[in-house]
Amino acid sequence: MAEFFTVTVLISVFASGVRFATPYLLAALGETLGQRSGVLNLGVEGVMLLGGFMAYWTVLETGSRLLGVLVGLAVGLVMGAVYAVVTLVFKAEQGISGIGIYLFGLGMSELLFEKLVGTSRKIPSFRDVRIPVLGDIKWIGDIFFNHSPIVYFAVLLVPALAYLLNRTTFGLNVRAVGENPEAADSLGVSVNRVRGITILLGNGLAGLGGAALAIQVGQFQNNITNGIGFIAVALVYFGAWRPVGVLAGSLLYGLVAATVARWKVMEIVTGSAASFTTMAPALLTVLALAVIARRSANAPAALTVPFSRGG
Amino acid sequence: MPKHLPRLSGVLVPLFAVVVALLIGAILILILGANPLTGYWELLKGAFGDGDAIADVAVRATPLLLVGAGITIAFRAKVINIGGEGQIIAGALVSVVTSMAVPNLPSILLIPLVLLAGLVGGGFWGFIPGALKAYLGVNEILSTIMLNIVAIQIMNYLLRAPLIDPDQPEAGRIPQTARLARNADLPILVPGTRLHLGVVVAIVAAILTWVFLFRTTQGFKMRAVGANDAAANYAGMPVKRMTMLALTYSGALCGLAGSILAFGSVSHRMYADGSSVGFTGASGFNGIVAALFGGLHPIWTIPASFLFGALLVGANAMQRSIQISPALVGALNGLIVVFVVSSSTLRARVARWMER
Amino acid sequence: MKNTSNRKALVAICAILGLFAAACGSDGESAGGDGDGIRIAIVAPSAENDLAFTQSIVDGTNNLTGVKEIARSPGLFLVDDAAAALRDYADDGFDLVIGHGSQYGAVIQEIAPDFPDTAFAWGTASDTFGLPNVSAYTAAADQGGYALGALAATKGSTIGIVGPVEVGDAKLYIDGFTMGAEAGGAAVATSYIDSFSDVQLASETASAFADSGVEVMTGTAQMTVGAIGVAEETGLAWFGTQSNQASAAADGVVVASQVYKWEVALQGLVDDIAAGSLGGQSYEINLANGGLAIEWGVGTENGDDQAILDAAIDDIIAGNITTR
Repeated sequence: MAEFFTVTVLISVFASGVRFATPYLLAALGETLGQRSGVLNLGVEGVMLLGGFMAYWTVLETGSRLLGVLVGLAVGLVMGAVYAVVTLVFKAEQGISGIGIYLFGLGMSELLFEKLVGTSRKIPSFRDVRIPVLGDIKWIGDIFFNHSPIVYFAVLLVPALAYLLNRTTFGLNVRAVGENPEAADSLGVSVNRVRGITILLGNGLAGLGGAALAIQVGQFQNNITNGIGFIAVALVYFGAWRPVGVLAGSLLYGLVAATVARWKVMEIVTGSAASFTTMAPALLTVLALAVIARRSANAPAALTVPFSRGG
Repeated sequence: MPKHLPRLSGVLVPLFAVVVALLIGAILILILGANPLTGYWELLKGAFGDGDAIADVAVRATPLLLVGAGITIAFRAKVINIGGEGQIIAGALVSVVTSMAVPNLPSILLIPLVLLAGLVGGGFWGFIPGALKAYLGVNEILSTIMLNIVAIQIMNYLLRAPLIDPDQPEAGRIPQTARLARNADLPILVPGTRLHLGVVVAIVAAILTWVFLFRTTQGFKMRAVGANDAAANYAGMPVKRMTMLALTYSGALCGLAGSILAFGSVSHRMYADGSSVGFTGASGFNGIVAALFGGLHPIWTIPASFLFGALLVGANAMQRSIQISPALVGALNGLIVVFVVSSSTLRARVARWMER
Repeated sequence: MKNTSNRKALVAICAILGLFAAACGSDGESAGGDGDGIRIAIVAPSAENDLAFTQSIVDGTNNLTGVKEIARSPGLFLVDDAAAALRDYADDGFDLVIGHGSQYGAVIQEIAPDFPDTAFAWGTASDTFGLPNVSAYTAAADQGGYALGALAATKGSTIGIVGPVEVGDAKLYIDGFTMGAEAGGAAVATSYIDSFSDVQLASETASAFADSGVEVMTGTAQMTVGAIGVAEETGLAWFGTQSNQASAAADGVVVASQVYKWEVALQGLVDDIAAGSLGGQSYEINLANGGLAIEWGVGTENGDDQAILDAAIDDIIAGNITTR
């Protein structure tokens, strides 16, 4: 175990944890926005798979990671439009429609992968970018300022989203619509327009999260997300619907996963103990929340309730 | 306009939704170079073509029904239980271990015992998030999703080590138990088919769930807590306990599904492939769909899960006959769910329009 | 309102389908092979393009001669669904029904007696249950693993292995590889990530290996594409198994792969069936019969490495080395 607590190892584990966390963070931030406005989206996993495949395919065909990322975002926006129609126009039950989107995304991404690509080939992954000056600070620079652009984007999204939610009129509308849509409506806020925007952006971020995963790993396989979308939804609750909390949850999850991976590689844990550590990220996330439970954290009151004027 | 026509919208609109989804599916099938008409015909035949098919559908629907019945309890208590996958696994594991402890009990005792063990195992796995939510405020979507993962890993370990079939050749062992105690085999009710006792157990469980929710005091309290927990609290009802019990009961029904999956399976063994869906067939999720399509009513969940089971069984038959990619079948499944669930409020609108 | 109309929908749909069921009879279409070759059906637990387990049987059966038709149902990870498929294909008159999954054994044992005129094949396994119409086939993955390990040891002195779940074919290969590598003087560390499909975890595990200084990596199962990607990014050598994994990365990254040539095992069975038998034997593909072949990656073939491989292979075939 002593070999684990060396600077080089710890820094590389942290970097790995951050890479782990990025797709979770992006998808969870998107879901946070949607849920603050009162919309639950359980189809995040399906959107991530579709966005992930299309991003992978774009990079495979064009060689441009930026284009791939943008395509992932675009796919997310398209799925967001679909979900917006299903949720706001048809007012479908949000729990099941989400599961339907998940099943659709899972099957469709597999089908497209099978027909358009065949077997997986490597695409260029993200390159780490060292930020000048800050990146040169001993140790701190390596830990915080030597990551890929998508990581910087995801992390910067946290204060940006917090600012959006807490300090802009739009954010105020989002929160109002999530807590008391009737009141917001009576004050002239278009409930469905606000929710439409949050759904679009939220799914866009899910697509972006899928793209981040596929490009970071540089390959594609069926069900490449393997549950990331569902865990991202769970992390929204962990973070008490605040972007900072979601960041904390994603990092906790990613760092524990990275630590366990490193322990296995260094054979610090072997055999049966090793297989038990695989459940550590999930277990610790639940324990962490149980320990630091904030009973004051309540869901947006109108979460999952469709809005119709006139009740 | 004749008075009965608007009511038809209740039937026509979801049928129309299914048709639209199938049309999109047909386009995809055509693009892939297969014949959608043959495909859909085979889908229907595969699900309803003969007694064997219907028996298969009933067996496939059984875990959906049990999970769905559990969901009706949970959702009515305003608790969202996404932990079905883990609860099914927990119930299966406890019942398998129980059968290994007393394999020689006569069937009349062993079968109820393993089913009870399933209830206990799943109930425990539902109790944990229930208690966490009720007494520590941990959101149940978080805890159930995480506990699903934990259950998978426990299953992987158990089936790889203590519970593994020791008679497998040393090279190439797989995480599978030995053949489970024969006295625990769920008896086949219609010889020559796969229709086993589990189907009846599930239907009875659904009926009992209805009785519980609508004819017992505790069920009433649970629904009251779900409808308005502030008012229920004011009226002196134990809100926290009801929340915890709702998740426990929901988990118990999922656990029962797990033991039926294990002891009613064709192989009569439990196998782990590293995921949950390899054992549950995603019943922990599909059961939620079945419950909501049944209007969160335990009795109506019976035909709803039967239809969903038919879709799953028929789709596999379709895949075999026109040799399309199973991925398309999965996507079609999702499309149907989205379209049908989107159609529910449309029905009301169409009915009003028809009444004009 | 929503609830009652849901219920009416359910009743109506069930009624219509019930009428349909009554109208249909059971139809066991049978179509035998008629001299142009036999009809084969394959049931497998994962996708055909997984660059691993299922891909290998698809490639293998595509290389068979004397086959008129191949039907496939991949992705059947639920054993009971696979049972339905096996039964359905047998009912449909396929001459050879292959259950390509170790987990399918128990259901094949149940189903085969019901179809005494159909030949069944179970892979990867060696037990035929004493049934005359069940054959079994398996791969001595440890053999090719050992040979690759011996070669790997000349490419680097520390080796990392990314494994899925510690069972079955995966464990066989990894144990064989480890023996070969250690015999060649390398230090080997293995990490089982406890999943067959978590590509991200495989990728980060490989990164952890790379960071801790390994020079060569190998692994098995469909998630290894994640590890192969890291091998390319960090300039490490990769050894593959089950299928030729060279296409998964840039030229030269994948040094060599142990390829399963299932046709070596199955061609004999196909010929027997065409001649009227139903099988009943147990087959193994190994280095001696050519069912396991070591294929080079793009541009990695060279005389020295070939010599090292050949030496190991000859030793294994001669029985001088135990690989499991």
